[in-house]
Amino acid sequence: MSATHPATRRSGPWTTAMTTLLRDRAAMIALAGLLLIIAACVLAPVYAEDIAHTDPFQSDVAATVMVHGQELAVMQPNDNPLHLGLTPLAPTWHPSAYLLGADSQGRDVMARLLYGGRNSLLISAAATVLCILMAAFVGIVSGFFGGVVDAALSRLMDIMWAIPVYLFAISLSIVTISQGLRIGPFTIRSDNLLLPIGIIALVYVPYAARPIRGRVLTLRRSEFVLAARGLGVPRGRILLRDILPNVSSTLIVLAPLLMALAMLAESALSFLSIGVQAPAASWGTIIQDGQGLIYTRPMVAIAPGLAIVLTVLALNILGDGLRDALDVRETSRRRG
Amino acid sequence: MTPIIEARSLGKHYRVAGGGLFGQSRRTLRALDNVSLHVMPGETLGIVGESGCGKSTLGRCLLRLTQSSSGRVLFEGEDITTRSERALRRLRPRMQMVFQDSYASLNPRRRIADLLSEPMRVHRQPSGAPHDRSFIAQRLRDLLDLTGLPISALDRYPHEFSGGQRQRINIARALALQPSLIVADEPVSALDVSIQAQIINLFTDLRETLGLTYIFIAHDLSVVRQIASSVAVMYLGAIVERGGTDSVLHAPAHPYTAALITAVPEPVVSAGARSRVILKGDVPSPVSPPPGCRFHTRCPKAEARCSVEIPALRPLVPAPDEALHEVACHYPLHPASNVPDRYATG
Repeated sequence: MSATHPATRRSGPWTTAMTTLLRDRAAMIALAGLLLIIAACVLAPVYAEDIAHTDPFQSDVAATVMVHGQELAVMQPNDNPLHLGLTPLAPTWHPSAYLLGADSQGRDVMARLLYGGRNSLLISAAATVLCILMAAFVGIVSGFFGGVVDAALSRLMDIMWAIPVYLFAISLSIVTISQGLRIGPFTIRSDNLLLPIGIIALVYVPYAARPIRGRVLTLRRSEFVLAARGLGVPRGRILLRDILPNVSSTLIVLAPLLMALAMLAESALSFLSIGVQAPAASWGTIIQDGQGLIYTRPMVAIAPGLAIVLTVLALNILGDGLRDALDVRETSRRRG
Repeated sequence: MTPIIEARSLGKHYRVAGGGLFGQSRRTLRALDNVSLHVMPGETLGIVGESGCGKSTLGRCLLRLTQSSSGRVLFEGEDITTRSERALRRLRPRMQMVFQDSYASLNPRRRIADLLSEPMRVHRQPSGAPHDRSFIAQRLRDLLDLTGLPISALDRYPHEFSGGQRQRINIARALALQPSLIVADEPVSALDVSIQAQIINLFTDLRETLGLTYIFIAHDLSVVRQIASSVAVMYLGAIVERGGTDSVLHAPAHPYTAALITAVPEPVVSAGARSRVILKGDVPSPVSPPPGCRFHTRCPKAEARCSVEIPALRPLVPAPDEALHEVACHYPLHPASNVPDRYATG
């Protein structure tokens, strides 16, 4: 890294991080890919109504569709010797109808993929935000106050962390999906997305709280906090001015990594029918739909699988880029 | 005259986990053991010793940044040992600290203007002054001027400065509240030698212009020689020798001080090579300090008595001219002392 000229360059830590991130080609490609996926999912209704002219939530096994001048039945007789059962339409690779074929209920897989992506992205993003809020609270309280508070919270986190994440999420989901969740006067119905969001956020709290607590502990013992105490700065102000701004970079770095984990958890829950409930879709439920068609129409499972892999990959690469960019201490050490 | 700061048998003990699965065999680390000292207004006390001898802990205990385990701390005659953090806050403007690591002691996410004005905003100082922006801005300019920093520094972040400049920022921040006492914890040991001299000169100039009192912690005797009016030498959490700078550095009475002094490289190679005192072994662990005199395991002059009886800090007789010269040794090296004659001739 070239030497900085203090007289000419005025860059704050955030500006420096941004510059580093913009120069990180892998992170930028990941970000572009991610934005593309998000945009496509947001535009799902446009695709379904104006391009494919289909209702992705309505099963229609008797429909026919015109592809390349040919009229095809969406559900075709099986080509096994007995001609038992029906096989959905194969991918037409034509955007106006059944681009990726049909699923076992005759619904357009592409349209469902985009609608499913909305739910998958929404749940994982909301779960990430909720999880980080809870983890930040736990981590900051634990790290800043220490002592008994820290011991109690840390043991609680240890207990939660001792239960395998998926097992924990599955147990909570099964209980809440079967009868909904009643909190005082409020009842959350089992098809409400708040359930998977809350469950995924909760099970990953220890995962996020631990590094946040560690960061706060380091900061609390740092010389600049000692210096602030020496200057007579009250504790609340130290927390607000000296600790929080330095924790924020940890939160930002955690966010994409956590969202990747949340997305995988959401897919797993939905695949097991204890996440997003039919007829709504998510990438996990579409994989489940495709499970029975894996030998005849593999695209039904492959497409959402690929969507998950690409999104998670992009999130991880972006997370790595953010971590490198926000490591203020490292970069400035190298300069100083 | 009341000392500006005084420590009376100050001790700081840490409980460290020992062996055992649950660390049940806890042991005590004595970072500070029965340390007494006092500093008069206008004086500069240098505290020297190897790393790990407790000199930084002493500095922090004096300012109540670390809570001492035993003994008392008096600031301007007032006992502050058990004062609450809130009550202490009112005294903070008068006692400030400058740390060794100029980078770690500045919040990397705040601009210099924020860092320097923070103490003024917290304390609404000086009292009675109007607290508008222009007033603080004027005060910031004064501080930069005082510490030799450019006015353009205000808009920048700590990482944009060199180590020496950052230490100037730390000094400026310590001065923001117009303190009477500054504890400087190895403020120059992380800097290049050429920069060290500049910062020491800054400290000296500020002492003259602002009438400051310093406690200057260092492991480098040549640094202390330049700035301190009196010196305390620490070994394993205790003061082994103290007195006026000239007296201690030219006529050390404790074998440890003598070893420290001869360890400083000489700029000019003199004809007759001076006799060096080379210590053997390492500093013993403060968890299990040796019995008797703490230094006897490495002392070239140790006798049987040294491993049994703890030497108290006693004045050398006759006391040298300016300041009282005290030493904690059964067999001090000083020729004019009440010790066996062999040292006087040898």
